[in-house]
Amino acid sequence: MPEPILSRNFSKKNAHTLGVYIQGGGYEALKKALTEMKPEQIIQEVDKSGLKGRGGAGFPVGKKWSFIPKEAPKPKYLVINADEGEPGTYKDRPIMECDPHAVVEGAIITCFAVGIHWAGIYVRGEYVKSIERLEGAINEAYAKGYLGKNILETGFDLDMVVHRGAGAYICGEETGLLESFEGKKGQPRMKPPFPAIVGLFQGPTVINNVESIAAIPHIVKNGGEWFNGLGAPGIGGGVKLFPVSGHVKKPGVYELPMGTPLREIIYKHAGGIRGDKKLKAVIPGGASAPVLKPEEIDVPMEYANLAKIGSMMGSGAVIVMDEDTDLVKTLRVLMCFYAHESCGKCTPCREGTGWMAKIIKRIEKGEGESADLDTIVSIANGIRGRTLCPLGDAAVGPALSFVTKFRQEFEDYIKVGAG
Amino acid sequence: MPTLTIDDQQVTVDQGTTILEAAKKLGIAIPHFCYHPRLTKVDACRMCLVEVKDAPKLVTSCSNAVRDNMVVFTGTPKVEEARKSILEFILINHPLDCPICDKAGECTLQDYYFRYSSQPSRFKDNKVEKHKVVDLGAKMVLDSERCVVCGRCVRFCREVVGEENLGIFNRGDHSEIGTYPGKKIEHNYQGNLVDVCPVGALTAKDFRFKCRSWLLCKADTICPGCSNGCNAVVHFTLRSFNGIKGQRVFRLTPRENNDVNKIWLCDVGRWGYSFVDSIDRLTTPALKKGEDFVKGDWDTALRETASGLKTVVERYGPSAVGVIPSPHLTNEDLYALKCLFSCVLKVANIDFKLPGLDKGEGDKLLLKADRHPNTRGAELLGLSGTGLSAEAMMEKVKTGEIRALYLAGSDPVKYIGEKAEEALSRAELLIFQGTNFSASCKLAHVILPGATFVEKEGTFTNYQGRLQKINKALEPLGEALADWEIFTRLGKRLGAYPSYRCAEEVFKDMAREVAPFNGLSYQKIGPQGIKIADSSQ
Ligand SMILES: Cc1cc2nc3c(=O)[nH]c(=O)nc-3n(C[C@H](O)[C@H](O)[C@H](O)COP(=O)(O)O)c2cc1C
Ligand code: SF4
Ligand code: SF4
Ligand code: SF4
Repeated sequence: MPEPILSRNFSKKNAHTLGVYIQGGGYEALKKALTEMKPEQIIQEVDKSGLKGRGGAGFPVGKKWSFIPKEAPKPKYLVINADEGEPGTYKDRPIMECDPHAVVEGAIITCFAVGIHWAGIYVRGEYVKSIERLEGAINEAYAKGYLGKNILETGFDLDMVVHRGAGAYICGEETGLLESFEGKKGQPRMKPPFPAIVGLFQGPTVINNVESIAAIPHIVKNGGEWFNGLGAPGIGGGVKLFPVSGHVKKPGVYELPMGTPLREIIYKHAGGIRGDKKLKAVIPGGASAPVLKPEEIDVPMEYANLAKIGSMMGSGAVIVMDEDTDLVKTLRVLMCFYAHESCGKCTPCREGTGWMAKIIKRIEKGEGESADLDTIVSIANGIRGRTLCPLGDAAVGPALSFVTKFRQEFEDYIKVGAG
Repeated sequence: MPTLTIDDQQVTVDQGTTILEAAKKLGIAIPHFCYHPRLTKVDACRMCLVEVKDAPKLVTSCSNAVRDNMVVFTGTPKVEEARKSILEFILINHPLDCPICDKAGECTLQDYYFRYSSQPSRFKDNKVEKHKVVDLGAKMVLDSERCVVCGRCVRFCREVVGEENLGIFNRGDHSEIGTYPGKKIEHNYQGNLVDVCPVGALTAKDFRFKCRSWLLCKADTICPGCSNGCNAVVHFTLRSFNGIKGQRVFRLTPRENNDVNKIWLCDVGRWGYSFVDSIDRLTTPALKKGEDFVKGDWDTALRETASGLKTVVERYGPSAVGVIPSPHLTNEDLYALKCLFSCVLKVANIDFKLPGLDKGEGDKLLLKADRHPNTRGAELLGLSGTGLSAEAMMEKVKTGEIRALYLAGSDPVKYIGEKAEEALSRAELLIFQGTNFSASCKLAHVILPGATFVEKEGTFTNYQGRLQKINKALEPLGEALADWEIFTRLGKRLGAYPSYRCAEEVFKDMAREVAPFNGLSYQKIGPQGIKIADSSQ
């Protein structure tokens, strides 16, 4: 097994403290970046690394940075997305709890590369320990001169703060997050303008996921090509954290090459299905990703390959369901989640998610009607591609895939009632 | 400037124009709820989706700017299906209130459903229950179940009034409009919230359950509430349909005029119309007999007035007559008055400037401190400064030097109080011409009933010097007459006076004789008015 990179500090004692972090080679990348590299060089390396946004949308990180205008009338900002609200996703949390300096170091390098002097990290409110560890790391970094004025005597200044969210999935969506960060109700903004041009407090803003930022020091230290080469042959894009949950023997967060086959993740790394039962269904990329059937799990876990079979990589969160799983109940849980989390700003998602949840609840109670499944499909199609932000589409993914791929199970429920 | 094709028609528009606005230019209406031309865009309702060639998805036309060579389709099966779907979504939780909803007949949702959907509901579950009859402030009521969460009301308060008091609470299909804790909507622009609301979620207390919208006739007018001269539409019935006895005028709504009121009205003006049908309207000429008024006919009242004025002028000269017109009269009324008193009777003591006339409370948006629609007109017609001031006239009435006082719509007691009351009660001859009973009217010897702004044609000149037209929507109540007509009838009895048959004839004379009006005609004024002078200092 190759050396872990992103997760190298997950089981190391006191790795969250500055001393231990530095002992393990921490902040070397910072020194290299600030004293040996030009901002453009850093962006080039990140481009070469093939690093794609780990928050779900998979947008190339280097490219995103290059959208930030050099000159702007307003201050520029870095906002790190640590809202981690997608069901099944729990990969950012160990980074923040066990390796918070990686986030701080990544943030400083990012800001230096893009010309930013203020960074904020928006952390899911329930992540109390993450917040404490981040604040601790930030304080240590200030004390050591890695944050604040004239960092490493280079003349570069940066301030960094932690912002605690109040618990809404939509505040993970980048523009909803910005609204919330500004103290407003978390609802997505109209795009364009994109955050790179008009973001936090109207200033140009880079928004990246925790895992994306935590990968930056490694890329700077060892080079973009090195990172890219860590991905599966022919796929590249480095390594990624895969949080695996559900009916597996060893649920957990696995650091694996981008492009690792889903089957390998489930059966090799996560130890296979609990009780050696049969696999029924897998959600490959967090709750929003369309569900896969057992015959589809040879897919490499990577953006294009998953898109090709009609699903998506998302956050890479794998949710495994064995043969005893009641998919009607599962879909009900998912649909209630989306109905509850829909921010209500745009019509199709506001009304459609609630409607789907009501129908599926009724089916679960044994009061379904034969037309209900077609209605769900048509509601989902009415939402798909027509909402303001991707949350609407996120609800459509499971709805359509469950009802079409496992239609028989739903029909049985409607005909003979629950279980 | 980009050129694009919308539904096979080409159009060239300014850079940055949205698809929706470009389509509008071609006369192609794209349905929408959250978009409002005077508010920021939010891209929320998704009703305005259109198809753009080579775009992977339908795009929102309200927020997407046009590009050169863009090809847009607004009526493809895909677009039609999307509209149906959005309407279905809105309607699943919408109450079937149309039969008792004040918005029915002018409701965007109702109209769109009829036009773009007309499909039976597939919704079998329970609707979300939300708050109904929520008291948002003194003048409006909210029904959250009818709300389509377009957010226009929120943006109006924030962006136009500059107040943060309304917000959208809760999430998903439980989203509801509401005021922030401890806040009520108290500003002077609440009626606009009702106007911008595309549905019957916000209704005006003044209008609720009073009249079905389709029974109302409409006429263009100018709000008489202040010197701003906001462009408005008066909604009225010719017959009383629904048992509210005597009410003919039901509301005023704004009419767009970018140079005057954008597309708004203030509440003071909007809901200031009730005097038109109020029980204190003067509907017949009347003469004082002892302590009481006795109803008379026009012939008697005019005879009394004419002979009274004539006697005073003959015995004591024109300086024994004083005239105080009100700047809520039209230019035509005032010109006719001036011809009568200044030209025929040679009276110099004409002054509309009662002290305190312009001392109301104005605001930054529309409402002016001067609550009269034609102050600038009265100035341009020279109805002040030719003789004694209105205040001085009061003194002279008291000392008996002025024996006859003619109040044309004015109410000195309201502005000067006791001093005026004392003076008026000493006048030898006090004529009151006006629309409603008042403290000054009470002291009159002769009452001549005048027509209100919706009962006559004419023009006002707003504070900016913009000449704007009002139209006759209704017949004057009872036997009331337009003020210019009263002066014409009096004029005939007092000397050589033109026999005007309509306000337009008065205007023609005025346009010939009075400099700022030179060369103008009703036709030239147009629906948006015309600037004829600078604003007063
Ligand atoms: C409903 C919704 C929830 C999201 N939640 C998160 C989240 O919790 N964490 C995250 O990093 N990105 C989340 N995203 C993705 C962000 O919008 C954004 O793409 C991401 O933060 C960009 O960072 P990246 O490019 O590094 O991935 C969410 C998106 C949507 C539509
Ligand atoms: S898709 Fe849903 S969450 Fe996103 S803006 Fe629309 S209502 Fe809000
Ligand atoms: S808001 Fe419109 S659709 Fe709704 S009840 Fe009123 S009239 Fe009917
Ligand atoms: S009350 Fe009316 S204007 Fe306000 S959000 Fe609801 S529908 Fe829109």
